[in-house]
Amino acid sequence: MSAISDETEQSFRLSMLLYDTRYRSLTIQVIASIVIMLSLSWLVWNTIQNLQSLGKDFNFGFLTQRAGYDINQRLVEYSSESTHGRAALVGILNTILVAVLGCALATVLGVIAGVLRLSKNWIVARLMGVYVEAFRNVPLLLWILLIFAIMSESMPQPRDFREGGDASMLFGSIAITNRGIYIPTLEWGAGSNILVAVFIASIGGIWAFRRYARKRQEATGEILPVLWVSLGLLILPSALFYFILGRPVSVLYPELGGFNFSGGVHLRNSLIALWLALSLYTGAFIAEIVRGGILAISKGQTEAAFALGLRPGRTMRLVILPQALRVIIPPLISQYLNLTKNSSLAIAVGYMDVRSTLGGITINQTGRELEGMLLLGGFYLVLSLVISGAMNVYNSSVKLKER
Amino acid sequence: MKKIAFAGALAAASVAGGTAGAATLDDVRAADSLKCGVNTGLVGFAAPDANGVWGGFDVAVCRAVAAAVLGDATKVEFVPTTGQTRFTALASGEVDVLSRNTTWTFSRDVDLKFTFTGVNYYDGQGFMVRKDLGVSSATELDGATVCIQTGTTTELNLADYFRANNMSYEPVPIETNAEGQQQYLAGACDAYTTDVSGLAATRATFEDADAHMLLPEIVSKEPLGPLVRHGDDQWADIVRWTLNALIAAEEYGVTSANLEQMAAGTNNPEINRLLGTEGDLGAMLGLDKDWAKRAIAAGGNYGEIFAATIGEGTPIGLARGLNAQWTQGGLLYAPPFR
Repeated sequence: MSAISDETEQSFRLSMLLYDTRYRSLTIQVIASIVIMLSLSWLVWNTIQNLQSLGKDFNFGFLTQRAGYDINQRLVEYSSESTHGRAALVGILNTILVAVLGCALATVLGVIAGVLRLSKNWIVARLMGVYVEAFRNVPLLLWILLIFAIMSESMPQPRDFREGGDASMLFGSIAITNRGIYIPTLEWGAGSNILVAVFIASIGGIWAFRRYARKRQEATGEILPVLWVSLGLLILPSALFYFILGRPVSVLYPELGGFNFSGGVHLRNSLIALWLALSLYTGAFIAEIVRGGILAISKGQTEAAFALGLRPGRTMRLVILPQALRVIIPPLISQYLNLTKNSSLAIAVGYMDVRSTLGGITINQTGRELEGMLLLGGFYLVLSLVISGAMNVYNSSVKLKER
Repeated sequence: MKKIAFAGALAAASVAGGTAGAATLDDVRAADSLKCGVNTGLVGFAAPDANGVWGGFDVAVCRAVAAAVLGDATKVEFVPTTGQTRFTALASGEVDVLSRNTTWTFSRDVDLKFTFTGVNYYDGQGFMVRKDLGVSSATELDGATVCIQTGTTTELNLADYFRANNMSYEPVPIETNAEGQQQYLAGACDAYTTDVSGLAATRATFEDADAHMLLPEIVSKEPLGPLVRHGDDQWADIVRWTLNALIAAEEYGVTSANLEQMAAGTNNPEINRLLGTEGDLGAMLGLDKDWAKRAIAAGGNYGEIFAATIGEGTPIGLARGLNAQWTQGGLLYAPPFR
């Protein structure tokens, strides 16, 4: 080694930077990094220049100013007296809400559709094929607008629910209107904390029972009726305490008062349209991923499971899907990220996500495009990194353990 | 290599720096077309007709400026903008002038760095409801669902109005007037709020216009007018005085019918200066002496434009009201041409 370096030191000439393969990569990297630095600094310089010539400065002070506008859907306290920063927070929470709801529903839809598309039943398999192809090949925006239009054009108005109106509430408690769906909510009275504690305890009990059942199965091969015992544990103690405590939790039904329904939870059209469209659209992609994952598992695995006497449902749940998960999860992460970022199409139906509050109204009212867009980009970046980080943790927990 | 990269970056930077300060007038002349930001579609103010030709009250300002600067009222490229995109479009240079029912406010003028070049319509915010809703005043709207265009002053006024009157409401944010109209007609909101002129224009397109009414309350002042970017005073002057020329023409009785005859010379020196037969006001603007004459010829004077687009003879049926000349008890008042 030393001998070679001595030799090069002696005979090093400038042209070797270009012609000697030992140095050329270094030269290229140095030049590339200089070019990147220069273009970045030019971008910054150009931005500063243009802001200056427009007479604008760069600061984030607008976040503490009074916002002045109202937001219909807010998960935290907010009024038009709140700050732009608070409005951004409301938007962020709305984005996260629709992303979480969307990812959950899309996964359920996708797994069901993916498995059913492989069904031996011709009609079921074709129906799922139609669903997947229809949603995969039409732009998401159209689905959002379509569902929104169906909701707002063909559903009855709240006033149709009045005396003499031609609409009535579903099961006497759910009102589907062209302003969204009003569903009953729970009112937590005195003693409800104990009920919640009991409920949490019974969930803990279920977990403990499942552990015990698995251990026992591994030791003796005996299969306990896990599902029925779990269901019983989930419902019975809570129901018992519900009556013992004197019915602390009551249901609050939506009632027509004034212009609108009041009481209950209001699922706005915009949320429903966005949520359903995102879930159906992404679900179609997830279905293909799931189908691909299942097909990737050798048929011999199924045959072996059948030979052991496992029934098809159990084979799918215990043998095929756990192996398929290793193939499914990496592309699934991308779909979750897609869904989260696609939620910014909320603007089309007036869902007040972070794109509409911080990236829309706030920017418009304050004229802070650059700052707002930087914050918005930063938020989506952080959210995406968090999602993919969490999913990668899950991925490493299910992937093949190599010992 | 390093030197070349550095020199290249410098050259690129100097090119980019050079274009920043160019005058809008030169840009418009070089492109031989005026880029004018307008509404995405509000009948009477700015909307394309069956042949795709834009027309309306706000569009007339664009046409008058194009006629004054380029000598041809058709050399306008219309850029439809929403309440949210309009300011970015103007600030970024995508449009040369924004003529789009935009309210002149302090923060837009001072903080957003725009120059309002006058008021072409004095308006106020109102509410439209179905007659069978049983509401006769905005004070009865407690708990109502209200459709509102986002990114507008009306959005802020609405929040303030309901707050000041201790009423609650559910805002339904929408992006364009067309969306708002659709939501309102579908009954997804009880009331639609925007400038009264916009409400009247929207109602005029309804099949059953009589089933809807505007509530009597006007909850804000909305002086609407064209605006340009800060920092180009010559261009601001051109747009400002084109608008003033249209208003002054009505005051002095210069119409598209008698324009040629008036331009031949009158015994009113103000008309002579306006139409370029006396003095050289056009040269002071960087234009020729017939600029105002062409602007007036494009669509007539202010009164003619008003009557043809949104006046009582049109389906929109707006009375002149505040927008009458100062001599008729209105607020329109063009500064002297001298």
